[in-house]
Amino acid sequence: MATQSATFAATAPASAGVLLPAFTLWWREVVRFYRQRARVVGVIASPLLFWIVIGSGFGTSFRSGQAAGQQHYLNYFYPGTLVMIVLFTAIFTMMSVIEDRNEGFLLSVLVAPVPRAAIVLGKVLGGTTLAAAQGLIFLVFAPLVGVHMTAASFGLIVLTVFLVSFALTALGFAIAWPMDSTQAFHAIINLFLIPLWLLSGALFPLSGASGWIRGVMYANPLTYGVEALRTLMYPEAPSAFSLTASILTLVLFALFMFGLAFVLANRRTTKPAA
Amino acid sequence: MTSNPSAIDFPAPAQSVEKAAQSIIAVRDLVHRYQDRTALNGVSFDVRAAELFGLLGPNGSGKTTLFRILSTLMVPTSGGATIAGFDAVRQPGALRRHIGVVFQAQSVDPKLTAYENLWHQGHLYGLRGPELKTRIHEILTRVGLLDRSADRVETFSGGMQRRIELAKGLLHHPEVLLLDEPTTGLDPGARRDVWQYLQILRDQEHVSVIVTTHLMEEAERCDRLAILNEGNLVALGTPEALTREIGGDVILLEARNPQTLAERIRNKFQIDASVMDNQVRLEIENGHRFVPDVVEAFPGEIQSLKVSKPTLEDVFIHRTGHRFWSEDAEMRPETGKKKSKKN
Repeated sequence: MATQSATFAATAPASAGVLLPAFTLWWREVVRFYRQRARVVGVIASPLLFWIVIGSGFGTSFRSGQAAGQQHYLNYFYPGTLVMIVLFTAIFTMMSVIEDRNEGFLLSVLVAPVPRAAIVLGKVLGGTTLAAAQGLIFLVFAPLVGVHMTAASFGLIVLTVFLVSFALTALGFAIAWPMDSTQAFHAIINLFLIPLWLLSGALFPLSGASGWIRGVMYANPLTYGVEALRTLMYPEAPSAFSLTASILTLVLFALFMFGLAFVLANRRTTKPAA
Repeated sequence: MTSNPSAIDFPAPAQSVEKAAQSIIAVRDLVHRYQDRTALNGVSFDVRAAELFGLLGPNGSGKTTLFRILSTLMVPTSGGATIAGFDAVRQPGALRRHIGVVFQAQSVDPKLTAYENLWHQGHLYGLRGPELKTRIHEILTRVGLLDRSADRVETFSGGMQRRIELAKGLLHHPEVLLLDEPTTGLDPGARRDVWQYLQILRDQEHVSVIVTTHLMEEAERCDRLAILNEGNLVALGTPEALTREIGGDVILLEARNPQTLAERIRNKFQIDASVMDNQVRLEIENGHRFVPDVVEAFPGEIQSLKVSKPTLEDVFIHRTGHRFWSEDAEMRPETGKKKSKKN
C-alpha cells in the first residue's frame, strides 16, 4: 500500500483540497450559464416584464396602502422584483443538480477524491454568483424608481443580495439533491417557493397583512431580505425591522441552508446514487 | 484467493498462489439488497494487476450494482471490496484517488470544450497549472482528439464523446480503470476502437481494467471473466478455459416434439439433453460423430440440426440452465433503480 501511494504521489498530490475543486465547479456553473443564451435572456427579461406589467397594473388599481407611504407601487414593488430575480435564478440554477445527476456528470464528481463540502460549496457559490449578478444588473433601473444610493448603501445592497442569493441557492441545492426529476422540482417551486416570495412583503407590506398571514410573513426568511433592500433603497419609508436585525437573520438563514445542503450531500447510502 | 463458503465451485481456477498475490481488486462475499430484491448474493473474486477483467451478465444480473459499489457510489449491504489495498466502504476517499471511472451515461459536459472538460476533471483530482496542461495534451493525443481540443463536446460524434470519457477517466493516471458498458450506443467501428484502446492501456501502461458488458463478443476479448446471474457468480476464468470446460461441441436439434425427442435421446444415448426455446440442446464430445447416430436413430423426427463449438453463451446456459437473454431477465429492471430510462 505504501509503495502504491508513493508511486502515485508523483502524478497527483495527496488531496485536491476543498478550494480547487470548489473553484472548478463554480467556474463550470458560470460558464455553462452564459453559454446558454436563452437562459440569460429569460432570467433578465421575465422579471422586468413582471415588474412593469404587475407593478403598473397594481399601481393603478390599488394605490398602495398607507404603509408604503406616498410611494408609487412600481417603486414599492422594485425591491420585491429584485428578490424574485434572485429567487428564480438561484433556484433554477440548482436544477442543474438534477440534470447533472441524470446525465452522469455528477457521478464523475462523486467518484473523484473531492470532499462533499467542496461540491456543495462550488455548486452553491456558482448559483450565488449567477443569482447575485442578475439581481445586481437589475439595479440599473434603480434611478428610474427614485432610488439614490450612496457608496455605503450600495455596498450593503450588494451584501444583502449576496446573502439572499447564497441562502436561496443552498435551499435549491438541498431540494434538488435527493430528487431525480425536474418535474418534481417544478412542483416544489410552485407549491413552496412562489408562496414564499408572495408572502415576503414583495407584493404587499407587512403592516397591511392580517392575522396568520402576518405570522407567516414574520417567519419567512425572505421577508428580511426584502425589508433590508427596501430600507436601503428607501431610507425614509417605514420599516418593520432594523437593518442589522434583517441582515443578521439573512446570515443565519444562509448558514442554516448551507448546513442543510452539506448534511444532505454528505450522506453515503446503500441506495443508487443515480 | 480465499475460498468462499457461499460460492459455487469455480471451474478449476488456473491461477497460482503467486499470481493471486498480485491481485489489485479483491471482492469478498459481497451482498447487496434493494428494498425487495437481492442484487448481489455473496460474490467473491480477485482481479490481478494489469488484467483486462470482464463482468458479463444479462440485465438484472447485478453487474451494475457491483460496479457502483466498486466505484464507491454505493455502500453494500454486507461484505466488502478493496482496490489497491483501500477499502471501498471505509476508505472511499483514498480509494477514489486510485481509480478512474467511465460511466455508461455521458459524464462530459457538452457545453464545455474537450480541453475545458479535462481541465475541470484535473482540478477535481488536484492537478493544476502547467502540469495539468501537459497532461491534457498528452491524453488528448492519446485518444486522437488533440485537433478538436477547442471544440465543444456537443459537436462530437458518439465515438468521440466516448473517447473523451475515457480521457477523463485516465487523466490522473489511475491504476485501475472501471468501465460500465462503455460501448453502449456505439457503432461497431467505434466499439472496436474502445476495446483496442483498453488493450493498449493494459499492455503499455499496465492499468488494470474492469469492464461490465452484456455482449458475448466483448467478453471474449477479456483476459478473465466473471459471469453473473441473478446476483450470483456463476463462472470465473479465462474465456478459453470457460468454453473448454463445456467439452466438445454443442448440438441443437429442432423437432416437432422436442420434449419427447429429448426424453428418447436421454434414454438411448445416456447423455443429458435439455429443451430450450423448443430446441433440444446437448453438449457432447466429438459432435460430428454423434450426428449420424442421432439422425439414424430417430428418422423423420429431426427437422434441423446444428453443431457448433461452445461459446460463452453456452457456458452461461451450462451454468444457469437458461438462456442469457431469457424474457424473464429482460423484463426485470436493471438494478432496482426507480427511473427506467437508461441509455
